[in-house]
Amino acid sequence: MELDIIEAIVLGTLFGFALYKIGAGDPDKLMGMLKLQDLHLAKTILGGIGFATIILFTGVLLGLVPMEHFSIKGIYWGVIFGAIIFGLGWAISGFCPGTGMVGMGAGRIDAYVYFIGGLLGTYIFAMIYGDLTSTFLYTELFEGVGTLVQTENAEALFSATWSPFIAIIIGFCFLFIGYKLPYKLR
Amino acid sequence: MYLNWVKGSLLLGFVFVLAFIVMKPIGVSTEYVVIDGIVEYKKHPDFINKDASSATGYRSSNAYLDKSEGKLAEHIIHPKYYGMVFVVSILLGGLLGRLTSKEASKATKQIPQFHSNTFGNKMLLRYALAFVGGVLMLIGARLAGGCTSGHMMSGIMQTSVSGYIFALVVFAVAVPTSILIYKVKEN
Repeated sequence: MELDIIEAIVLGTLFGFALYKIGAGDPDKLMGMLKLQDLHLAKTILGGIGFATIILFTGVLLGLVPMEHFSIKGIYWGVIFGAIIFGLGWAISGFCPGTGMVGMGAGRIDAYVYFIGGLLGTYIFAMIYGDLTSTFLYTELFEGVGTLVQTENAEALFSATWSPFIAIIIGFCFLFIGYKLPYKLR
Repeated sequence: MYLNWVKGSLLLGFVFVLAFIVMKPIGVSTEYVVIDGIVEYKKHPDFINKDASSATGYRSSNAYLDKSEGKLAEHIIHPKYYGMVFVVSILLGGLLGRLTSKEASKATKQIPQFHSNTFGNKMLLRYALAFVGGVLMLIGARLAGGCTSGHMMSGIMQTSVSGYIFALVVFAVAVPTSILIYKVKEN
């Protein structure tokens, strides 16, 4: 087997395992977060983003991160409208594209049904994409600024050599919010 | 029981950084399109063509599969690539998670509590809602260019502005909608 296939198996399995262990494969935990009644998962996600940002940009400062792996997605109206549709679907189903697969692995039938729905969703999107590209949905926003902090392949708000420190501070802010967030808001 | 938030955060953050350094930022929703393509290709193989003028060697009559030099078309023809193997392996991770948890009943309880609290134990309604949610979420994810993994986690950890915007809008919509739909019936 090729090396990248072995890496994919190890990393994909670890990712699914981690999502299960934090409760993200459980629609009740996801819905508890959205309904603001059980914010355990929200604390974990905020903390996860915090740790990931801190480790990643510390690695950048130390020259340990392959900079060409940075991959910044564009900003266009479709991000906002897509997020609205995504949010509606999340509130209805209690799954995400990744956590649904964790649910499938754990033996949930509703996760399989969600997955089939997802396949229909991407099918519909692939059919209408050609017509959407000429609409305002693909108009770029924020004059192409892709990131807050300088990375490899996108325009950044802060581009000085010390800018990775800003990312690390942002990471600590996420950790702090995760720490301060109560377990219940309702 | 699930991990406490500090341990869970460390594990989640570690996995996202590890995948980033080894290969690339984690994302999931792209592979749904490729799976569609693989199924479709078995029925009507004529929407993908070999084309030496494209960098991947493939083109498609479908505009979405054709973008980025026919990258998705190539994946459909050669589905054993990093992203697809990664996504399929998530199922294995979910299974391992379940097998190593004492209280496995929680994530595998077939009707979620929030559903039965509102609608009772209506299994078919749960499936219908899961299905509709799946349709909407994958349309939304493809329009936005990513999902919870690609935009929210991988995007924000790179300080990507699109990740922050995606996350804010998703929660601004999903929080009130879920509270509205899954009102607990009082009786």
